[in-house]
Amino acid sequence: MSGRKEWIAMLLAGGQGSRLAPLTKMVAKPAVPFGGRYRIIDFTLSNCVNSGLDTVGVLTQYQPHVLNEYIGNGQPWDLDRMRGGVHVLPPYERQGGGGFYAGTANAIYQNIGFIERYDPEYVVILSGDHIYKMNYAKMLEAHKRQKADCTIAVIEVPMEEASRFGIMNINPDGTIYEFEEKPAHPKSNLASMGIYIFGWEKLRSYLIADELNPSSHRDFGKDIIPAMLAAGETMLAYRFEGYWRDVGTIDTLWEANMDLLNPKVPLDLYEDDWKIYARSPVMPPHYIAPGSHVQHSIVGEGCTVEGDVDFSVLFSGVTVEKGAVVRDSIVMPGSVIRKGALVQYAIIAENVEVGEQVSIGVRPEDCPDKDSWGVTVLADGVHIAPGCTIGARQRIEADVGQPAGQEV
Amino acid sequence: MLQGNVFGIIFSNMHDDLIGELTQVRTTGSIPFGGRYRFIDFHLSNFVNSGITEVGVITKMNYQSLMDHLGSGREWDLDRKNGGLYIIPPFTHMGASLYRGRIEALSGVLPLVRRSKAGYIVMADCNVLYNVDLTGLVESHIASGADITAAYSRQSVNSHGRWNGMTFSLAHDSRITDVVIGGSDGGEVNSAINLFVMNKSFFLSMVETHLSRSQYSFKRDVLQARRDELRIYGYPIEDYCVEIDSLRGYYDANMQLLDRSVRDQLFKRETPVYTKVRDEAPARYGLEASVENSLIAEGCIIEGEVRDSVLFRGVRVGRGAKVVGSILMQGTVVGEGADLGYVVADKDVHFSEGRLLRGYEAYPMYITKGSHV
Repeated sequence: MSGRKEWIAMLLAGGQGSRLAPLTKMVAKPAVPFGGRYRIIDFTLSNCVNSGLDTVGVLTQYQPHVLNEYIGNGQPWDLDRMRGGVHVLPPYERQGGGGFYAGTANAIYQNIGFIERYDPEYVVILSGDHIYKMNYAKMLEAHKRQKADCTIAVIEVPMEEASRFGIMNINPDGTIYEFEEKPAHPKSNLASMGIYIFGWEKLRSYLIADELNPSSHRDFGKDIIPAMLAAGETMLAYRFEGYWRDVGTIDTLWEANMDLLNPKVPLDLYEDDWKIYARSPVMPPHYIAPGSHVQHSIVGEGCTVEGDVDFSVLFSGVTVEKGAVVRDSIVMPGSVIRKGALVQYAIIAENVEVGEQVSIGVRPEDCPDKDSWGVTVLADGVHIAPGCTIGARQRIEADVGQPAGQEV
Repeated sequence: MLQGNVFGIIFSNMHDDLIGELTQVRTTGSIPFGGRYRFIDFHLSNFVNSGITEVGVITKMNYQSLMDHLGSGREWDLDRKNGGLYIIPPFTHMGASLYRGRIEALSGVLPLVRRSKAGYIVMADCNVLYNVDLTGLVESHIASGADITAAYSRQSVNSHGRWNGMTFSLAHDSRITDVVIGGSDGGEVNSAINLFVMNKSFFLSMVETHLSRSQYSFKRDVLQARRDELRIYGYPIEDYCVEIDSLRGYYDANMQLLDRSVRDQLFKRETPVYTKVRDEAPARYGLEASVENSLIAEGCIIEGEVRDSVLFRGVRVGRGAKVVGSILMQGTVVGEGADLGYVVADKDVHFSEGRLLRGYEAYPMYITKGSHV
């Protein structure tokens, strides 16, 4: 195959995202909307193209339709290329094996053929469920400079939270001597970001060896990295400084959205030299009606706001009718909040209808039992009949009360 | 739908002189409108939404911004192997001047039309904005057997105002019996919206005939001079149409977008208006923001007060600043405490802290592109 690429990226987007349920009922986690305009995967795809990576394989297997359509030919991210570009890689059958991806390492193993079409020197392994801006080219420089076999991006986390992460213990020269997955007594606070650069020849040999090991989990963190460490390969930790959030749970998704409203959070979506690209909805600008109040919020295209919106993120095409109040909440594309409804500490998924005078969610200070408080989530397309009340930390996956507009 | 059987022609420079302030640096087609659009977006979208996917855009001058906006036509799904978007710059011989009228301008498009498989031609100017499915117009043209079908909109004309428009008198069968340019007495008129349909064969011979006689005006030499000889029919457009023939008209048309029924007619869900994607973040409102009755585009950061205004993409309104009854185009920065009333700021204008500028609703103050105030 002519025209080799120095490096390509493989983006793991197959996770079910069960901790984000019910938002991931119909869509894969990377396709969950984020930040008023984006989907989670936009950050990683934009990082790729901004870093000069023009060939990206996106490994999907769970609920791929929305994600497939969203990625399309890759044009919004400038990844529609004559050679390379973005390719969605679902599992496939072939002679002597194939089938569903059994783990992150197996997913890459099954696509060795795709990678070899580009004959790359380096392969970047990424995951599609983090919010951050990062220049992978700088990481590749470090990888080359130190002649590493594998470079793992790490970020300092608060020591008390370190036991939630995969922790890297490193030597003074930055090389890793130990990797501990969620250690009870962490020795360092350098957490793996799930971003790896490998020399392709090296990675391929470990992937093939791992397939032959019957007790392997077929996982990068559990199998490939420990095996490489045990064999004495040069493993480098690459420190990343800046904003990075895993949005794998309802709470972290809600918090990361709210971070966008905080001017002190170092994630600037308005700077020109590291844009986050997205497939745009075709909608006119949003309209704020007389008598409405919109403060400390993000509002997408095509919204109509006649009520009050405070500390919230509204995606494109959302309607907030007169007298309705949306506070500390996230409302995804196409949803309607009818007259007089109150939405607090909630995530409203796409195309939801919240009926008149409905109350959704509870402020933490109004919750008698602090342990039962949490963000309430309404899944895609549900209808909440007028006058209903939905408390804290609920997960609503079906219509509540009479469907709106239907008489008894 | 008119799939494959119509060739669309858009005149991007017609009427540049009427809105001189805004066309100093651009064509009429590339005048920004409604927070994120250009005039030409409405016409390209009308064509595409009606199934017209072979479109020639005729340019004359100042067309750099237009070329930049249109690119390969991808945003309108017009980057096609068959048909798609053609940009037609003036084709002038050594020593020849730019085109002198619509018919001469059309000479550049003749080779494309001859080669096209389409049986009909639709021509549109950029200075009238509407969101209309053109299928009915073309079908009516076919059914009536007309040589030319001219679309019109019922408009009431203020007799005091300047009137540059063309009006039609119609017989009971919709045949056009009189064509008047300018000079209306006021009242309800059949106002031409500069949207015409012709059969391809008629179109080709019409352009060639008039070119050979050095007759360059479509309105004067064809519609007026040959109205009895040709079968010219009118076709009413019932939807919202707005003709923009002055800075005041431009201001009013933008302000009408604050009316929900106008927005609903111009931005229909089933026939969206496509435009160039800019990859801006969504608009962000600060803690002290106060916005009412305004259209706000993506990429804006608003920390002050905005009333009765249209803000284009990427506008910044600083803390304590006040913007009333204004149109702020892409990239305008309003410094802290500045106070703007009835201002039309062209792209990338910078208002320093505390500046006070005030036009009048009937005479908005225009600020040139890139100015520092």
